[in-house]
Amino acid sequence: MGINYVLKRLAIMVPIFFLVVTLVFFMIRFAPGGPFSSEKTVSAAILKNLEAKYHMDEPLLSQYVRYWKDLFRGDLGPSFKHANRTVNEIIAEALPISLELGLLALTWAVLIGVSAGGLAALKPNTVYDYVPMAFSILGICLPTFVVGPVLVLVFGLWLQWLPVAGWETWQDRVLPSLTLGFAYAAYISRLTRGGLIEIRGQEFIRTARAKGLSESEIVIKHSLRGGLLPVVSYLGPALAGIITGALVTETIFNIPGLGRFFIESAVNRDYTVVMGTSLLYFTLIFICNFLVDIIYAILDPRVKYE
Amino acid sequence: MKPLLSIQDYKAHFYTRRGIVKAVNGITYDVHPGQTLAIVGESGSGKSVSQLSYLGLLPTPPLKIMGGQVLFDGNDLLQMSEDQLRKIRGDKISMIFQEPMTSLNPYLKIGSQMIEPLVIHRKKTKKEAWKLATQALERVGLSRADQAMESYPHEFSGGMRQRVMIAMALTTDPKLLIADEPTTALDVTVQAQILELLKSIQQENKMAMILITHDLGVVAGSADEVVVMYAGRVFETGSVDDIFYRSQHPYTRALLRSTPRLDKLEKELPVIQGNPPDLISVSEGCPFYERCSYQKEICKREFPRESSLGAKHKWFCHVEKIS
Ligand SMILES: Nc1ncnc2c1ncn2[C@@H]1O[C@H](COP(=O)(O)OP(=O)(O)OP(=O)(O)O)[C@@H](O)[C@H]1O
Ligand SMILES: [Mg+2]
Repeated sequence: MGINYVLKRLAIMVPIFFLVVTLVFFMIRFAPGGPFSSEKTVSAAILKNLEAKYHMDEPLLSQYVRYWKDLFRGDLGPSFKHANRTVNEIIAEALPISLELGLLALTWAVLIGVSAGGLAALKPNTVYDYVPMAFSILGICLPTFVVGPVLVLVFGLWLQWLPVAGWETWQDRVLPSLTLGFAYAAYISRLTRGGLIEIRGQEFIRTARAKGLSESEIVIKHSLRGGLLPVVSYLGPALAGIITGALVTETIFNIPGLGRFFIESAVNRDYTVVMGTSLLYFTLIFICNFLVDIIYAILDPRVKYE
Repeated sequence: MKPLLSIQDYKAHFYTRRGIVKAVNGITYDVHPGQTLAIVGESGSGKSVSQLSYLGLLPTPPLKIMGGQVLFDGNDLLQMSEDQLRKIRGDKISMIFQEPMTSLNPYLKIGSQMIEPLVIHRKKTKKEAWKLATQALERVGLSRADQAMESYPHEFSGGMRQRVMIAMALTTDPKLLIADEPTTALDVTVQAQILELLKSIQQENKMAMILITHDLGVVAGSADEVVVMYAGRVFETGSVDDIFYRSQHPYTRALLRSTPRLDKLEKELPVIQGNPPDLISVSEGCPFYERCSYQKEICKREFPRESSLGAKHKWFCHVEKIS
């Protein structure tokens, strides 16, 4: 994998980014209603002033060009709904929270998923296999908006071990990140189990045994790398899912993350916030997938990206 | 001469959902230091299982060792703990396998796989082992061994990989090398090179070798003694000449007839009629009974006792004289 490949990947991003900006820009504007349509109390004169302030009185095309010009300067514009706040400010405030939530969820997913799957693979067709795999079916089938309230009910209300809302202390982080990571942990445990069991049936494992390696050496040196490749390639989609899935979790646990702004802005037709958050999501997902592909190529010497 | 490996009435079965697969059903023979013993027989006759099982290389269950002795240097391998066996594997007994494409780990450099036996059994540091392994690669005729150590398996051809496997198996100077169809997956010219290599190394190291193959041409070229297996049993053993010129067992004869020969041009090779039996339902009698053109009433009921001629040539058949 060379620098050429990296450049090519980045070059592909340019037209896609252009397309995303254009699509989101026009789609949100053609949706019925507008940022000020719900404010019935404002008079026609004030409305006109508002529209002029945000350049909404200009033709759509020049608004579009203006957006691109601002975008090039890294300016995502002012929010239409949160007076005196820019989209950049909103993102600067909410993104770290969402990133932290997402990374914690991913950590849970990998930790729980790999250890449960590893255990199942070491002792297939025993309780160590059946119990984690039963849980994982549950995790895959249950949506976040069911898992979240159940966790809240059990650990928050019955056992009273953990707080059920907010984002101040470390205890606040446990339930939301578990809720968000649960389904991914479930899926990763299946991938781990399958990957490891497949590797253990390979002939090179027999070779390793014939050389006198111990079981733990065989697992660590000869099985993990190949066996976890399916997990690595799943991390891309998983990250994308976690980033976007955070919307629901943030709502359940009342966390001031990006997801809430995204939903709220779509409902309120806060055009610039919708644009800004969508573009951010797109960029994050793109970068994550890119990183995962690079990691994959490092782990599997047979993969050559051209 | 004291045998290096002495297998006595050894039985190993698979307990599967379908029933008990009697893959190795009472086999007896010796392997002597510095000699090559070839194991031949049709596919499914138990050649691989007969070796892999006593080395602890098959999962238990489904495999279960049912009895007998496998004496290596006078010690019974079947009585050893997994730890004791592990110390012998890759040190005094090394193995090479049929598929050079899949027998090496694709995710690890050749070098880091090559050094493992030396690090584990000889307590070498990685650096020392790396040097020794590089020399081992040179000995098996790999040019630019330094570079090869840094490469990954997929960068090599099948023949090269088999050389790597051989070099790796020999780093610890084993007393016994078990080669399970080492050339079957290679094309003919490479086959000849690999066999030549094995032979020369064997003579140099005075190492014993068990060569599993279904190519009788390979046997004629490289073996000292031959074991003919069928349905988990040994049908005939003897020197190469005993088997090729004085074989006493109808199955050995049939096997020889179905092998192409350079000195006779035949339009069609006679194949052995019928299929090997299902090892789950083998009877008490001779498992070759249904396919044998000499079949007698007793064959169905009883497995024949050993007949012998001289010290080495032994066979198991009810038929007195075959033509
Ligand atoms: N894990 C297993 N479970 C059940 N039966 C098995 C298993 N492995 C091998 N067998 C059976 O044991 C018998 C002997 O197999 P083995 O691999 O020793 O044959 P072989 O003589 O080496 O054949 P080939 O020439 O094809 O390599 C076969 O009937 C096979 O189906
Ligand atoms: Mg075999």
